[in-house]
Amino acid sequence: MSDPARQARALALLFGGLVAVWLVMLNFGALGAVAFRAEGLTALRNSDWAAVRFTLLQATLSAGLSVALAIPIARALARRQFFGRGLLITLMGAPFILPTLVAVLGLLAVFGRSGLVNQVFDMLGLSRFNIFGLHGVVLAHVFYNLPLATRILLQGWAGIPSERFRLAAVLGFSPRDTFRQLEAPMLRDLAPGAFLVIFLICLTSFSVALTMGGGPRATTVELAIFQAFRFDFDMGRAAMLALVQFGLCAVAGVIAWRVALPSSLGGGLDRPVQRFDLGGRGLRLRDAALIMAGAAFLLVPLAMVVLRGAPHVAALPPEVWQATGRSLIVALGATAATIAMTLALAHAVLALGGKRGAGLEWLGLAALAASPLVIGTGLFLLIRPLANPRDFALLVTMLVNAGMAMPFALRLILPDLRAELTTQGRLATALGLHGWARLRIVTLPRLRRPLGFAAGLTAALSMGDLGVIMLFAEREGATLPMQLYRLMNAYRQDDAAGAALVLLGASLALFVVFERWGRGRAGT
Amino acid sequence: MRIPVFAAVAALTVTPLQAETLVVLAPDYFGSSWGPGPAIKDGFEARCDCTLEFRTGDVLPRLMLDGSRLEADAVIGLNTDMTLRARETGLFAHHAQDLSVLTVPVAWEDDTFIPFNWGFTAWVYNNTLLDDAPSSFAELLEREDLNLVWQDPRSSGSGLALMLWVDQVFGEDAEAVWRNLAARTVTVTAGWSESYGMFTSGEANMVLSYTTSPAYHIVAEEDDSISAAIFDEGHYFMAEVAGVLANASNPDLARDFMAYILSEEFQSMIAFVNWSYPSALLREDWPAEMRDLPFPDTAIFLDEVEAEARRSAALDVWLEGMTR
Amino acid sequence: MDVLALEHVTSTQGDFALAAHWAIPEGALVAVVGPSGAGKSTLLGAVAGFVAINAGRVLWQGRDISRTSPSLRPVSILFQDNNLFPHLTVFENVALGLRPSLRLTVAERQRVEGALARVGLVGLGPRKPAQLSGGQQSRVALARVLLQRKPVMLLDEPFAALGPALRKEMLALVAEICRETRATLLMVSHELRDAETIADQLVLVSDGVAHAPAPTQQVLADPSAALRNYLG
Repeated sequence: MSDPARQARALALLFGGLVAVWLVMLNFGALGAVAFRAEGLTALRNSDWAAVRFTLLQATLSAGLSVALAIPIARALARRQFFGRGLLITLMGAPFILPTLVAVLGLLAVFGRSGLVNQVFDMLGLSRFNIFGLHGVVLAHVFYNLPLATRILLQGWAGIPSERFRLAAVLGFSPRDTFRQLEAPMLRDLAPGAFLVIFLICLTSFSVALTMGGGPRATTVELAIFQAFRFDFDMGRAAMLALVQFGLCAVAGVIAWRVALPSSLGGGLDRPVQRFDLGGRGLRLRDAALIMAGAAFLLVPLAMVVLRGAPHVAALPPEVWQATGRSLIVALGATAATIAMTLALAHAVLALGGKRGAGLEWLGLAALAASPLVIGTGLFLLIRPLANPRDFALLVTMLVNAGMAMPFALRLILPDLRAELTTQGRLATALGLHGWARLRIVTLPRLRRPLGFAAGLTAALSMGDLGVIMLFAEREGATLPMQLYRLMNAYRQDDAAGAALVLLGASLALFVVFERWGRGRAGT
Repeated sequence: MRIPVFAAVAALTVTPLQAETLVVLAPDYFGSSWGPGPAIKDGFEARCDCTLEFRTGDVLPRLMLDGSRLEADAVIGLNTDMTLRARETGLFAHHAQDLSVLTVPVAWEDDTFIPFNWGFTAWVYNNTLLDDAPSSFAELLEREDLNLVWQDPRSSGSGLALMLWVDQVFGEDAEAVWRNLAARTVTVTAGWSESYGMFTSGEANMVLSYTTSPAYHIVAEEDDSISAAIFDEGHYFMAEVAGVLANASNPDLARDFMAYILSEEFQSMIAFVNWSYPSALLREDWPAEMRDLPFPDTAIFLDEVEAEARRSAALDVWLEGMTR
Repeated sequence: MDVLALEHVTSTQGDFALAAHWAIPEGALVAVVGPSGAGKSTLLGAVAGFVAINAGRVLWQGRDISRTSPSLRPVSILFQDNNLFPHLTVFENVALGLRPSLRLTVAERQRVEGALARVGLVGLGPRKPAQLSGGQQSRVALARVLLQRKPVMLLDEPFAALGPALRKEMLALVAEICRETRATLLMVSHELRDAETIADQLVLVSDGVAHAPAPTQQVLADPSAALRNYLG
C-alpha cells in the first residue's frame, strides 16, 4: 500500500530539489559560466578591496539603521488603530517597490541641493545641507528598505496571538514589560532576518550608492563588477568579485542564523488582535509622532514623483502603455513562478530540517547577493549553446525575477509555514491530509496573508526590474522600465517623469491587489 | 516524397516575391518610436525594396558573447570607445565605402567602421541661471562657485570621454584637475541619464553632456535656456559607428545600408532624430538650429589604440585624484 | 482477543525514555493515568505514529504498524488543542474525517450532517470554530472522529479545558460513540474520576514505564505502590 505521507515528502523534496537546481544554476552556474568563459578567475586589485570595505560599511549601516528605525514605527503602527491605517501601511511600502532610479529622483526632490529641505533651510537662513556622501547612501538605502523592515516587523507583531496581550493585561504589564516579555522575543526572532535581507539588498547596490555617495569613494562591489565587465573586459575579475559578494552573503547568513532563535510564538485561534497596553496620552502622542515622521519620510518623496509626473501621463506615447501591458504580464508570470517555487522550496526546507534544511534556505536567500550582471551574462552563456536566448527573453526574465524575488517570498512564507506545521501539522497528518489536498485546504488558506504579501512584493519588484532583459531582449519589445530609460536617454524628461509615475502606479496597484487579497479573510 | 517537400521549401524561401530582410544589431534606443530607428527603417526600405529589422539591446556584449553565432548582417550604434573591442571580435567585414564624403573633424581612415553621427562632450548649463559660463577648462577649474554632475568613466562612455579629455589637455596635471573637480562635484552617476535628470531638477549648475544637447531643447521644447559651454582647449570627439558583419547572409544589402548611412537623405535626417551632428554633411547644410549652435574650434580625439593605451593609467589617476 | 499490542516498545527522546510491553483487547476503554511529564502523551503519540519508537513493535491485529504513517494507522486522535482548523467551517472540519480532499458526494454530505446531528450541532455547519463555545468545539472534533470510523480512538486530554460537568458530558458521548462503533479507546486522563466513569481498564505511566492495563475497579480497590505514589 502506498504511503501518502511518504509520497508527499518525496514530492516536496523533488519539487524543492528542482527549484534548488534552478537556484544553483542561477547563482553559481551563471557565475561558473562567466569564470569558465574567462578561463579562470583573476586576482583582485587594491581598488576592489576598497570597494569591498565600502560595500560592507554602507550595507551594515543601512541595514542596521533600517531595522532600528523600523522597530519603533512598526510598534507604533501595531498598537494603534486609526482611520486610513491600512492605506497608510500599504503606501508606506511603496518606496521598496520603486525602481531605484525613480526612488533616487524622488529622494533628491526632497533632500537634494534644491530640494524641499534645503528650500526650508534657505528660508530659515541656515546653511544648505549636502546629501551626497556616505550619509546619502545610507539615507537612500533606509528610504528604500525601511518599508520592508517595517512590514516584516509588523507581521511579527500581527503574529503575536492576542491571547498573549490579554494575559499581559491581566498581569498588569506596563508597555515596557510587554516589550520585554512579548515583543522583544519576537524581535529577536525576526530582526536578524530583516537585517540580513536588507544587508544583502544593500550589498548589491550600485547606481544608488554611486549617485548618493557623491563619487568614486562610494564604489561598491557591484560597480566593480560592472567595471570589470565594461571597462576592463575582464570577466575573470567579474567572476571573482561575484564570488567575493557571495562570500559576504554567506558570512552574513551564518552570523544572522547564529543570532536568530527559532520562534516560540505560534498558534492560537485567529481573532483580531486586541491590545490592552495602549498607555496614556504621552505614549499615544509619541506613537502618533513616530507614525507621522515615518510616513513623511517615506511618502513625501513619493508625492514629489507623483507631482512631477502627473501632468505628463496623458500625453505619453502609446508605446509606454504597450510596455506597461508587457511588464504586467512579466510581473504576473514572475509572481506565479515565485510563489510556486517558494512553496516548493519552503516545504523541502521543512521536510529536510536541520543543517540540510538551513542550507537549502540559504540557497533561497543567496540570489540576493548575486550580481544581476553576472546572472544575465552567465545565463546567456549557459543557454546560448542550446538555443537562442532571445527567443524567450520574457520567460527568462520571469524565471530570473522569480529567483531574485524568492529571498523575500521565502522569508515571508517560511516562518508561517513552519508555524502552521507546528500547530496543525499533526492534525493534518492524522486526518491523512497530504500533498495537493493539504496545500489547498490547509496551507494556502492559512498562509494567505504572507502569500498575498509575497505575491504583491514579487509582482511589484518584477514590474520595475530592468534586470537581464537588456542582454536578452530583442524581439519581444520593451518593458516599462526599458521605456523609462529610453525616454530619459532621449532627453524626454517630462515623458520619463510621466512613465515613472505609471510605473509607480502599476507597481503599487499590483502590490495592493495581491496584498488586499492576502488580508481579505486571512485565516479566519 | 523527400524531393517534393524539399522543392516546396526551396520554392518558398527563394520566391522572388518575398523581399529580402536586412537584420541590423542596434542599441536599445533604436527600438523606440522617438529614436532614430523608425526614420532609418522607412528611409532605407524606401530605396532597397527590402525589410529592415533592428535587433535591439546591448550591442558590444552581444558581439562578444555571441561571436560567430550572431545572426545579423550589420551593426549600428557602437560608440568610438567600443570600436577596438568590436574590431577584435573579428566579426566585421570591410564596409567598402568611399569615406571621402565624411565631414567629421578628425582624420577617419577605417575600412571597418563608418561614423554615422557624432558630437563633442561638453559641460551643459542653464543660461537663465548661469550667465557667465566658463569659456575654458582652465577657467572652470578656477570657478569655485560652480558645481557639477557627471558620469563615472568606469560605467559610461561620456564619463570615459571626459577622463581622456582631461588626460589629453592636462597630462601630468590631471590628478590635480580631478582633485579640483572633486571639490565641486555634486556627484558622479553611473550613466548619462541619471546625471541629466539631476541637472534638469536643479541639483547642479553644469552637467557633463554634449555640445548638441541644447538642440533638443530648442527644437523639441522651444526652450533656448540650455547651452553648452565652449572651451578654448577644445572638446572631446565622440562618434557612433556602423559596420558590416563578416558572416552576413546578405552582405550586399548590408553594404547598401552603409551607403545609405552616408547618403544625404540619411545625413540630413539624423541630426534631429538622434540629436547629434551629421557625419557626412557640410556644416552649412546642417539644420539651422544645429548649425547655429556654438561650435568648438578644436576637436580632441584619441584613436582607439591610443585610448586603449592610456585609459588604465588615466583611470588610476582619476581614482587617485577623486578619492584623496 | 487482543487487537492492539505494544511489543517491547521503547521510545527515547533526549534523556527521557518510555517503555511499554502489553496489549489490549478489542472494544476496551482504557484510561492512561500518571503524573505530568511521565510520558502519557508520548505513549499515545507512539500508537498514533507521531512519536518515533527506538525498539520494539506496535502491532494491530498482529500486523506491524510501527512504520506506517499516522493517517494509515487504524487510529483517530484528538490532541490537547488545535483539533480544528480555524479557517475552515465546522462542516468542513468534520468532512475532513471522511474525505481529506473535501470533495464530497451528496450522500457524503448527508453523512457529515448526520454526524453533526449525532453530537448535537444541527445547523452549526457554516460557522467557524472561533464562533463556537469550548464544548461545541469538542463536539465538532468528536463528530469528525465519528466519521473517521477508525477502530482505535486516542484522546490526549482534548477536554481538559472544559468544566467538570461538560467534560463528563463529553466523556459520556465518547463512550457512546465507542460502543456504537465498537472502537477501542485509549484516553489520557488527569482526573481519576473521569477514568472511573468510563474506563474499564487503567494504564499507569510512571518512572519511564507504561504499566500493563488492569481492570479499573480492581486497581482502585487495591492500588499498587506506584499508583499510591501518584494518588498521594
